[in-house]
Amino acid sequence: MLKIAKERLNDLYAKINESMGLFIPIKKAGEVDYHIWGEGKEVSLETLKTVKSPKNMFFPQSENMMKFKTEGKNIEIIDVRGEKRPFVLFGVKPCDYKAIEVLDKVFLAEPVDTYYQSRREATTIVTLACSKPEESCFCKVFDIDATAAYGDVTTWLDGENLYWQANTEKGEALTALVKELLEDSDDAAVKAQQEATKAIIDKLPYSNLDLSKFKPENLNELFNAQEWTEMSEACLGCGTCTFVCPTCQCFDIRDFKTNEGVIRYRCWDSCMYSDFTLMAHGNSRTTQMQRFRQRFMHKLVYYPSQNDGLYSCVGCGRCVNKCPQKLNIVKVIKTLGGKNND
Amino acid sequence: MKDVELKMLERAKALLEGGEVARVIGWKKGDFCYDVSPASFETVEELDGFVYNWFCGANLSKYLIEMSKKEGKTAVFLKPCDTYSFNQLVKEHRIKRENVYVIAVECLGKLDAEKIKAKGISLITDVEVVDKDVKVTSAYGVETLYKPDVVLTKCETCQKTHQVKDEEIILHERPERDVDRFAEVAKLEAMTEEERFAFWRSQLSKCIRCNACRNVCPACSCVKCVFDNPASGIAAKANDSDFEESMFHIIRAFHVAGRCTDCGECSRVCPQNIPLHLLNRKFIKDIDNFYGEYQAGETAEGKTPLTSYTEGDIEAKDVFNGEAK
Repeated sequence: MLKIAKERLNDLYAKINESMGLFIPIKKAGEVDYHIWGEGKEVSLETLKTVKSPKNMFFPQSENMMKFKTEGKNIEIIDVRGEKRPFVLFGVKPCDYKAIEVLDKVFLAEPVDTYYQSRREATTIVTLACSKPEESCFCKVFDIDATAAYGDVTTWLDGENLYWQANTEKGEALTALVKELLEDSDDAAVKAQQEATKAIIDKLPYSNLDLSKFKPENLNELFNAQEWTEMSEACLGCGTCTFVCPTCQCFDIRDFKTNEGVIRYRCWDSCMYSDFTLMAHGNSRTTQMQRFRQRFMHKLVYYPSQNDGLYSCVGCGRCVNKCPQKLNIVKVIKTLGGKNND
Repeated sequence: MKDVELKMLERAKALLEGGEVARVIGWKKGDFCYDVSPASFETVEELDGFVYNWFCGANLSKYLIEMSKKEGKTAVFLKPCDTYSFNQLVKEHRIKRENVYVIAVECLGKLDAEKIKAKGISLITDVEVVDKDVKVTSAYGVETLYKPDVVLTKCETCQKTHQVKDEEIILHERPERDVDRFAEVAKLEAMTEEERFAFWRSQLSKCIRCNACRNVCPACSCVKCVFDNPASGIAAKANDSDFEESMFHIIRAFHVAGRCTDCGECSRVCPQNIPLHLLNRKFIKDIDNFYGEYQAGETAEGKTPLTSYTEGDIEAKDVFNGEAK
């Protein structure tokens, strides 16, 4: 195991930045999100939950896909993608890392989404283990270990040092790049932190939710549950939960006309919106209850049924904190998940 | 606060049992003291989940657009600020007043769990308020915070009083206070154009276009918003440029100008904590300045400055030239 003193972290960022782009939690106008690093930026590794998850880095909220130019009867299709510079995604929490695995199953399955793939391949992911989980966290429910070594490199942060361990070839390459800044260390501090964090996690109020009811064979029973009406009653139909969610992956594709031709772009969509999956005949889900149900059925039943039982929630708890009216997936699990959740 | 909650519960039970109302709109408790959702209660049994505490910040008025169309009367608990939204919605013929029974309920300012957590406190189990002391019990012990530091932004400068009520539940008088709700606006006005532009660019660049501000806003009661309507030609699900980030919020502020009651829900719900209420407050300040003092939602009747023409109305050119009073 390697380490670097906390006060030298800026040198580490600068070193990485010499040859690769660096995305890291940075505070801007009071809120912390992943932004590109530069000298003078206020890095905040201590922030437990960035407002948006790092999925943005592979699957941006809005991106141009291609351009069309028409001349007479010919249409020219222009690829607007530039060369992808390699970059480092630094400080990814274990839940957010596991969320990228959920996204990989969608975007890297045939037919491969090459926009996502090129960014994914160009990235080295440095995770940061948790040490101060809070009451909205429930990653344990999805068998995620918030202290474990995920990603290409895993780091652990305490009051004095950032501890560093490479896990993959990409991680070894990054370690070689910054090795002059790292020094050898034993793993006593990391082990102690892991134990302390696990003890907190065991006591978190949502750590023992029971998901056993959420299985494909219960699809009809869950879908037809009477409780959806009451659970969704206060829902504003905004997209906060979907846009802060690290695993929500739905997008819309639209064209817009510019002076130099038509640009086709895609942007995040939300199943909470009234024009989600709008078709010529109208909308397939006409009430907010149906839209609300779609989101949770997708995460807890539909996605697992197509992905060997893997849920598409990682328990990051952003929706628990951010829903304006405090509706969230935990309340759905508790309401429909059977008496073990009482 | 517990005494107020008990009294509210007692009234809700009586109204439901007596068949005077078909449902009561209030707040439902969740897993933590700050975990509170708006809810409707149709039976006495359902009232088991009823709560009224320091975290019932949500404005219930907008829910009445749908609820007041239902069979039977709806009782609703409204805090002072919520009654302005209620009146404004009645005025705009969105709420059927005759189908609603308004219980005015006291409010001494509501707390913001995010502001408490931002003080470094997590694993909160209980919050108690005595005057200006907020005693927060967490897994790490008890900490006392200064209440004005942790109230919802909308409560920081609130001086509102109930504008409509069929009955009231007020057990504690709110102390008089002298606060200027336009102080933040004045700070923005004192900036140079470049500084002000930089301020709003840095704030609005955080916007994720979740539409929470619009969907919670009682003044945004269009059945179909132009930004959601593919036939409008300006439908947008994402901010494609800096311009669009700003445009959405500026258009919205213009659209609600003269109707915004300053309930502050836009800023409460913003996941990025953009101080959106300041855009609306600037409009309110200007309306006061150009047309004489006016508070939207004070009554459900009467003419409004931006929707009624008088010969003495200010000319746009005078505003732009800085010649307006």
